[in-house]
Amino acid sequence: MLAYIIRRVFQSVIVLLAVGLVAFSMFRFVGDPIENLLGQERTVQDVERLREALGLNDPFAVQYARFLGRAVTGDFGISYRQSRPVSQIIAERAPATLELAFVSGVLALTVGIGLGVFTAIRRDGWAANIIMSVSLIGVSLPTFLIGILLIYLFGVQLRWLPTFGRGDVVDLGWWTTGFLTSSGLKSLILPSITLGLFQMTLIMRLVRSEMLEVLRQDYIRFARARGLSAKSVNFRHALKNTMVPVITVTGLQLGAIIAFAIITETVFQWPGVGLLFINAVQFVDIPVMAAYLMLISVMFVMINLLVDILYVWVDPRLRIDGRHT
Amino acid sequence: MSNLPDATRQGVEPLDRMEPAEVVQPSRWRSIWDADVTWSFRHSPVAVVAAVVTLAMILSAIFAPWIATTNPFDPASLNLMNGFSRPGVPNAFTGESFWLGTDDQGRDVWSTILYGLRISLFVGFMAVLFALVLGVLLGLLAGYVGGWVETIIMRVADVQLTFPSILVALLIFGVARGVIPIEYRDQMAIWVLIVAIGLSDWVQFARVVRGATLVEKNKEYVQAARLIGRKPGAIMLKHILPNVLSPVLVIATISLALAIIAEATLSFLGVGAPPTQPSLGTLIRIGQDFLFSGEWWILFFPALTLLALALSVNLLGDWLRDALNPRLR
Amino acid sequence: MDMPVLSLRNLTVDIPTRHGTLRPVDDVSWDIAAGEILGVVGESGAGKSMTGNAVIGLLDPPAHISAGEVLLEGERIDNYTLAQMRRVRGKRIGMVFQDPLTSLNPLLTIGEQLSETILRHLDVSRSEADARAIQGLDEVGIPSARNRMGAYPHEFSGGMRQRVVIALALCAEPTLLIADEPTTALDVSVQAQIIALLKRLCRERGMAAMLVTHDMGVIAETADRVAVMYAGRLAEIGPVSQIVGQPRHPYTDGLMASTPAASAGQARLRQIPGAMPRLNRMPDGCAFHPRCPRAQDKCRVNPGPKVGTADERAACWFPIEQDEAAA
Repeated sequence: MLAYIIRRVFQSVIVLLAVGLVAFSMFRFVGDPIENLLGQERTVQDVERLREALGLNDPFAVQYARFLGRAVTGDFGISYRQSRPVSQIIAERAPATLELAFVSGVLALTVGIGLGVFTAIRRDGWAANIIMSVSLIGVSLPTFLIGILLIYLFGVQLRWLPTFGRGDVVDLGWWTTGFLTSSGLKSLILPSITLGLFQMTLIMRLVRSEMLEVLRQDYIRFARARGLSAKSVNFRHALKNTMVPVITVTGLQLGAIIAFAIITETVFQWPGVGLLFINAVQFVDIPVMAAYLMLISVMFVMINLLVDILYVWVDPRLRIDGRHT
Repeated sequence: MSNLPDATRQGVEPLDRMEPAEVVQPSRWRSIWDADVTWSFRHSPVAVVAAVVTLAMILSAIFAPWIATTNPFDPASLNLMNGFSRPGVPNAFTGESFWLGTDDQGRDVWSTILYGLRISLFVGFMAVLFALVLGVLLGLLAGYVGGWVETIIMRVADVQLTFPSILVALLIFGVARGVIPIEYRDQMAIWVLIVAIGLSDWVQFARVVRGATLVEKNKEYVQAARLIGRKPGAIMLKHILPNVLSPVLVIATISLALAIIAEATLSFLGVGAPPTQPSLGTLIRIGQDFLFSGEWWILFFPALTLLALALSVNLLGDWLRDALNPRLR
Repeated sequence: MDMPVLSLRNLTVDIPTRHGTLRPVDDVSWDIAAGEILGVVGESGAGKSMTGNAVIGLLDPPAHISAGEVLLEGERIDNYTLAQMRRVRGKRIGMVFQDPLTSLNPLLTIGEQLSETILRHLDVSRSEADARAIQGLDEVGIPSARNRMGAYPHEFSGGMRQRVVIALALCAEPTLLIADEPTTALDVSVQAQIIALLKRLCRERGMAAMLVTHDMGVIAETADRVAVMYAGRLAEIGPVSQIVGQPRHPYTDGLMASTPAASAGQARLRQIPGAMPRLNRMPDGCAFHPRCPRAQDKCRVNPGPKVGTADERAACWFPIEQDEAAA
């Protein structure tokens, strides 16, 4: 098991190095960093001095290593557009995105698994059929349309909930939170539903199909043949086996929530990292784009690792610890 | 196993068993289209409706210049006085009536939707075509050649698959903006969109084609073709490719729905089709500004069109997957 | 001992499909007494497993019992509700499936699966349930049973897993055991052990057993009586010595002649020409007539009459007579 995890960590590092290479290449070759820093008024000497100072004359590998070294310490350079350190900008914005992603993730996971199990057990019931039909519309409905729909309904028509921004936030020094004020909590409702709905639909459909597959297995039949109660068959025997394949995909989906926050944050003008990234794409603010890419991949890789470990924890077949030999 | 499959094995023969594994291609195609798919199509009202809607949208997009009442992007045809006309209500100033209303510039919403549909479908189809060609070629190559070629292709695919395609598309779009000089950006926007969406979507094709190639490669007929000295390229295209067409067709249909949504999303985010060539997503972005002031139709009709299009193509893809893969049902 | 443990009375199972109704089990009747092992043989698709599933109420919809009765110790159970049936399954009827590799839940220890079943059916405490579970494992021949309670199924070999499956099926002490091809998926060397185990357990507990198999060797060795099924119908039933030695139904005769174990001494194995008809293409009359060497016109019109007594009978117009077989 330890060897397995070490191998996964090793693979993760390779992935991060590859993504780092992409990020660095963007940084280095898209647009001219010198032009972005010096503007129109410059002399050949200025350019050469800056090139030397920035290390742009060094071999590619050296520059790449230096870029990685800085990235590890959280130094992603200066934003072209805001002329401030990228790390500082992202640190300001991160709490907003993470809180939104957290609420959406919990929503998607609990409701998605719950509905998935329900529709699998009552596979031919009318309620399950309605849920499945609605979920197909949910998959076809682009996230931003869901957001707009919710804004129109609850913001414009009913005037129950705020339609943009985070509301009042409490500053905890290194973190700002919307969890502690009523306007902050109210502001979270619509964006987190918007962001969570698509992942919820996916998780639900996945749980349903996996569960149906598990319910066809011989051990479920055998459990029934032993007269176990429906509750025991469905939840003790079937659900646990359903979770094994579901964990992988669900992990990826939770990672995707952070990326999909880009859309939700744009619709709701949510002051998070996603909105920052969209603005960076529009204005070709390469350092911000590169930093975002790196951070997202670190997050994904960590989620993947976590999923792998969870996998081992759930499935005894992967646990080779010599306890019963 | 359970007792039902045992019984159905006796009774209703599963579709995949009806054709022997080594059928030659023409009869395979005929058997697929003659027997299963058309039968299941005729018996699936949802698929028929979805197909009709999709086809109607494609035709309206192609013939937009003849169906649209005005060309919304010809400044000469616009009258600012017509701005904000309600659907079906004659304009207070000009007395003109527009059945889906007009936007702030006085553009007829019906016409902008038709032209927007044109852009959306064009980008969607081209992006899928791009992803398909790229994915199928790389998948064939990985499966047939193997070795380090396969390792590199599939590793890249794995890594890319970890990232949501919308993020990949955004990054490609951002990089392209950095590379393309500012004065060409709007002109090139549509093509950048196609490449960005296409590049974010090739992995599915490559994985399926590679898997099928690995299976087909060891079949006798491929061995035979190799023995009589056919070139690898010819074997891949003439012998292996026809065998992977049905899964590729399914993925292409589902990808089309995803590509249309991706395009709309990017345009909505303001990094897709420019306002001078608005797609459905751009129209929705524009319409959002007027939602709060009550001019709902500017957003509503493009959004409805997008939803109907995405849903129809999705349903079509769902049905096609079930029809071509009876075991997955 | 008068009352049979299991009685099937004209049991019929139907599967409605798009192309008409299929009848995988057609008018099957038999009794199994306490302590008796009834072997049920036939080709795959003959309705053997379907009959077993019908008895324990595990037919997959749309398959259902359309006619006839299932009596367990004289009590009709085929019209039980699902809740009532759950009290019968495991408690009064134990069932063993073909593949021990897939019959056990891979994520639960065998101890968990055993005690859960015991607690479900018997009014005992947790520790009592564990004790019974260990005893059950002991009984089926799992070495150092106490230490193996916490093991997962993948830590056992195939034969050991089938022993665990048997322990699970019998842990609530049912009066009837249905074993559906219990040895088919096992190595030949292990098969004999499992069969011996089943036989011993039936004898010790006085349990009735319905042993579904297509392996004539297993039948000859284990069963007291044998039922031969063909295309959903009961072709012949009788004591094992008679079925193996003096079959009366031409199909049984063909089956025996084609089986190495039952046709010892015969120079060459015979084979039955043709194949069993599919359920959707059943011939009129006797289902076996297209392959039967004795078939005449009336076989093509009406199914064979049941000749013989309730305990030993064949459904045939022209059964093989004793003097004929000897010749």
